[in-house]
Amino acid sequence: MTGKPETDTPTRLALPRYPSDAGVHPPLNTPEYGSSRLRHPKQPLQLLPQNLTEVTGPLLGHSRVGELDHDLTAQHPGEPQGQRILVSGQVRDSDGRGVPHTLIELWQANAGGRYAHDGDRHPAPLDPNFTGVGRCLTDADGNYRFITIMPGAYPWRNHDNAWRPAHLHFSLFGRAFTQRLITQMYFPGDPLFFQDPIFHSVPDPAARERMICRFDLDTTVPEWALSYKFDIVLRGREATPFEEEDDD
Amino acid sequence: MAAEPATTPSQTIGPFFGMAGGIPWPDGPEVVPEGTAGAIRISGVLRDGAGNPVPDGVVEIWQADEHGRFDHPDDPRPGRTDFPGFGRSCTDAEGRFWFRTVKPGTLPTRDGRTEAPHLNVTVLARGMLDRVVTRIYFADEQRANETDPVLSTVDPERRGTLIADRDATDGSDQDGDQYRIDIHLQGADETVFFAV
Repeated sequence: MTGKPETDTPTRLALPRYPSDAGVHPPLNTPEYGSSRLRHPKQPLQLLPQNLTEVTGPLLGHSRVGELDHDLTAQHPGEPQGQRILVSGQVRDSDGRGVPHTLIELWQANAGGRYAHDGDRHPAPLDPNFTGVGRCLTDADGNYRFITIMPGAYPWRNHDNAWRPAHLHFSLFGRAFTQRLITQMYFPGDPLFFQDPIFHSVPDPAARERMICRFDLDTTVPEWALSYKFDIVLRGREATPFEEEDDD
Repeated sequence: MAAEPATTPSQTIGPFFGMAGGIPWPDGPEVVPEGTAGAIRISGVLRDGAGNPVPDGVVEIWQADEHGRFDHPDDPRPGRTDFPGFGRSCTDAEGRFWFRTVKPGTLPTRDGRTEAPHLNVTVLARGMLDRVVTRIYFADEQRANETDPVLSTVDPERRGTLIADRDATDGSDQDGDQYRIDIHLQGADETVFFAV
């Protein structure tokens, strides 16, 4: 049994608010990305007020993460082919607070640009020592770290001679339903950016840059692995103990 | 106009999230274990604007427990629960998704109103550059639905897209009451989606 909730008095609930960042994200209707044509709503979105279901969210703990899940090079008997890299950074909200103990899921192609997925028909070799799936929890300050290999670019059929820039897929939960984020991390200076409609679906060039990691010599491990830093910024959280005035 | 917060932009989940050990958690659709008292089963099909099933989509739910409680520090009400509240179902070749869960309780809003039992839903798929958000309400909660502060703002002609019907045709009766709701990303029956 869990208390006696049916008789809650109608006092005002003090809940945090998550200001909108809608303009940062790509429009669901992006004709240059062919697959979006039949998969975007045409009716306007309706405003969902932020109440309990929106300001809470799954806090998925250690039970979802195995000891070696952060090391994508250690999941098979041998070492995978490719350039070993470290990818680390901080998950924080847009007000600068680290998001502690939050689950990060990662997936990627192998060094040849091939996913270990039945649907991937790219004629590049699979690597028996690389699956390309990882998970970790951020620490108390929101920091995370993966060990993996540099993914290859790969062709797709969106337009003539189309290639995806090398990227890692990230899935994040934050601490509230409002903060759920699926994104992709790109590498600096990729020559394929100019022709990629997914990267360019983000309208603001400055926001696009936030999807590109940064090479970092300081955390590069000598004679072992190159290091890239990638901070992930989720929607900010205003703790508002009292109702705000709607004065704008 | 205030500047946009400098958040990381969304990108599509793409076609290859279904790698073994990745996004498809083996227990993803099972918010509660088989045999749980009061368990319900919710199922449906995710469809695109041509009415075709979406076989490479992900449907996630987030909800309160049967008493309307969340296992979360930002739920300020007294009373605790260890109800997980989160489910994830990757669509199959026919676009189908399903969950075994319990029907949540009603919830108070900030301003003292009452929300009808509902699940919050995130839909992700190849071809979608951002998630879309919708809700699932229950057809057998008609009185609560009538005064729900969200449903009552939705065009009455489209309200039905948010309401799961009782379904006696699904054979998996070990999961208790069956509910059915399809999600249409586009088209004449387009589901109501929310900005949150």
